[in-house]
Formats: sequence, structure tokens, C-alpha cells
Amino acid sequence: MSETKSNRREFLATGTQLVLLTGAAAVAWEHVMAGSPEKAPNYKTTEHWWAMTIDIEKCIGCGNCVRACKTENDVKEEFFRTWVERYHVEGTEMERPEVDSPNGGFDGFREKYKAGENSKNFFVPKLCNHCSHSPCTQVCPVGATFESPDGVVLADKTYCVGCRYCVQACPYGCRYIDPRTETVDKCSLCYHRITKGLTTACCETCPTGTRKLGDLKNPADPIHEFLQSHKVQVLKPQMATGSKLYYNGLDGSVR
Amino acid sequence: MRHLMKDKEHLFRMAALFVGGIVLFVIVRAVMLPKDFGKLGHYRPGALEDNAKRVPVFAGKPACLECHTDMIERQKGSKHAAINCEACHWALSKHAADPSVKPVRPDAKAICLVCHTANVAKPKKFPQIDPKTHMEGGPCNECHQPHHPEKGPEKPAVQEAKK
Repeated sequence: MSETKSNRREFLATGTQLVLLTGAAAVAWEHVMAGSPEKAPNYKTTEHWWAMTIDIEKCIGCGNCVRACKTENDVKEEFFRTWVERYHVEGTEMERPEVDSPNGGFDGFREKYKAGENSKNFFVPKLCNHCSHSPCTQVCPVGATFESPDGVVLADKTYCVGCRYCVQACPYGCRYIDPRTETVDKCSLCYHRITKGLTTACCETCPTGTRKLGDLKNPADPIHEFLQSHKVQVLKPQMATGSKLYYNGLDGSVR
Repeated sequence: MRHLMKDKEHLFRMAALFVGGIVLFVIVRAVMLPKDFGKLGHYRPGALEDNAKRVPVFAGKPACLECHTDMIERQKGSKHAAINCEACHWALSKHAADPSVKPVRPDAKAICLVCHTANVAKPKKFPQIDPKTHMEGGPCNECHQPHHPEKGPEKPAVQEAKK
């Protein structure tokens, strides 16, 4: 009998400890989630949540964004962190759009179609969607790609083993293996610029204001006004990737 | 049962191998993983700094306007006022850091045609020209000021000084 009692006492003590410890761990975890002390003096990762708006009705397919991205990020010739697609949809052929992107739009687009052919033509700029539930980060076996606390999907080149899982997992085709390093490369939303208070290279050079970087955690950011006054859509919403690239005027034919 | 007793040494050896393997894995993992791995998620927090530490190539409009203060006034009321300088003048962070690094002047014709060449896929409202028929493709700034296209050409003296 006494043995049972002591067992019960032990059980209660251990149980209490466990409950207390879980509470303590939760508090500690919250502290951890609040972000590590940053090196950059004025930038706190927890105070930002980056997104981008793309107004298709403004895009002129000049290719400035593609060239600027390559200049800023040293992207190798045949690869693209961002590119522009041209859509040609005839009549009601929503399911079969003709899409082309010569050299990713780097050299602009030569005239290919004629006006008034019972068809519509438009440009769609594309880049990493910086998903908040990104399929690509979930498949990485070594923790070399991740969603940062400020909502940017980044790659860790020193950790990447080049297994290509993430390249296949991205439903938007936004990743590639850099042949120079044999590691993954992708749009970093110009993380080296946005953490210094600059906008991305593509937004900086976009002449029509098609692309606009926005901080959803900043109430004064014009992105809120844009999202309220436009009917926006993300790419492949059925995949529930939590994309943070909001397109205005996105046609149903866009894949 | 007797067989099992006789062969139990195999089982012990196998168990020892497994335990040894696990211990080795734990030690190697502890040595090789950075101390802060997993602090923010399943990744190395240092990767954030790695990504952030690169130097920008495009300086950004605020950097341009620090010196070129007259440009705000010159572009005022123009459709081109909202365009950032480096959309045409291209990446100039080196020039912004050291003004003695002289930027290359954009070609007055080619740079305009990047945007204004007609294409059916462009929005209808956007001003477009066919370079073959529009003034036979002369340098655009003979008639349009690049910084304020709604105004007529710049004074000849200004153009001369630029050459």
C-alpha cells in the first residue's frame, strides 16, 4: 500500500513538473519565435511581412525586370529568377493559351500577333511567389531552404546539397540549379536590398509601376490600398501554397 | 527456445552496433550542426545574414535625388515622373558611392524604344510607336524631353552642353 502511495506521489510530482516545463518551454519558444538579435541595426525580421502586387493591366513586356534581376543578382545566362510570359488567347480557348517567353523576355518581345484576330494578348511577369505554406521548403531534407520570419523564401547555399527536390516541388517553376555551384538558386526578393530599406531590383526598374513590393505588416504601406481597390488573385490558388504575389487583372488562362 | 538462448550473442552484438551507430550519429550531429540551427525553424539563422549581406547594384531613387535635386522639379507633372532613374540610366550604385565613377549616357533612341515600340500585347492606353514610320526613327530627344516627354525639345544649349 505504501508503495502505491509513493508511486502516486512520484507520478503527481513528475506530472506537475512536466506541465510546468511545457509552460516554460512555450514561453521560451515564444521568445525564440520573436526573432534572433539581428546584425542589421534598424531591420527587425519580425516587423515585416513581404508581398508583391503585379498589375497585369500595366505590364508592357519591356523586360526591364528580367535584365535588372540578372544585373543585381548575377543570374547565369539561361536561368531566370524572374521572367515575363506573353499570353495569346483565341476566343474562348481559355484552356489552350499560346504562351511564349523568348529568353525570358530579356530582349523584350518582337511583334508576333496581329490586332483584331478575335484574340487577346497580354504579358504576365513571373517570379517566386514567396508562399507562406511553400511546398518547396517542406521537401528540403537538410534545411537549406526556408521561409524567413519576414515572409521571404530563401535558400542557404552553404547548406544545399543539390538534391533538386525543391526544384520539382515548386508548382511555379521558380527554382533552378546554378551550374557554377551545383546548389539551388531562386528569387530572394532581393533580401540584401529590402533589409536595407530599398525595393527589389525588378520593382526599382519597372517603368510602369506594374510590380510593387509591399510590407503587409506596415499599416502605412500603399499595398493595403491596392489590395482594397483591386480584384486580385494569386497563381494556382487551388494548390493552397499561401502565395504572396497578388495579381490584378489575372486572366483565367494563366497557368 | 534453446536455439534462441544459444544465439542470443548475435542479438547483443546487433544491439550494440545499433546503439553505437546512434551514439555516433548524435555526436557527429552535435559537432557538425551550427549551435543556432533550428532556433527559428528547420534552418540555419545565419543564412538570413548570408542573404542580406550582399551589396546592392541598383542604388535606388532616393540615393540619386540626394545630389540630383533638380530632377524633382524637372520631372514635375510628367508621366515619366514616377519612373525611377535607374529604369533608364541602369545600375549606378558605384556612381552613387563615388561620383567620380561616371555613368554612361543612355542612347536616346534605343532606350525609348525599349518601352514605346508598338506591340499588340501592350495595354492599349500605353503610348506606342512604330519606329519605322514615326519620324523615321530619329533620336527621340530631338522632339521629346526624356525626363518630361510632354514638353518640347530641350533648349539647344542644354543639348550642346551634354555632348
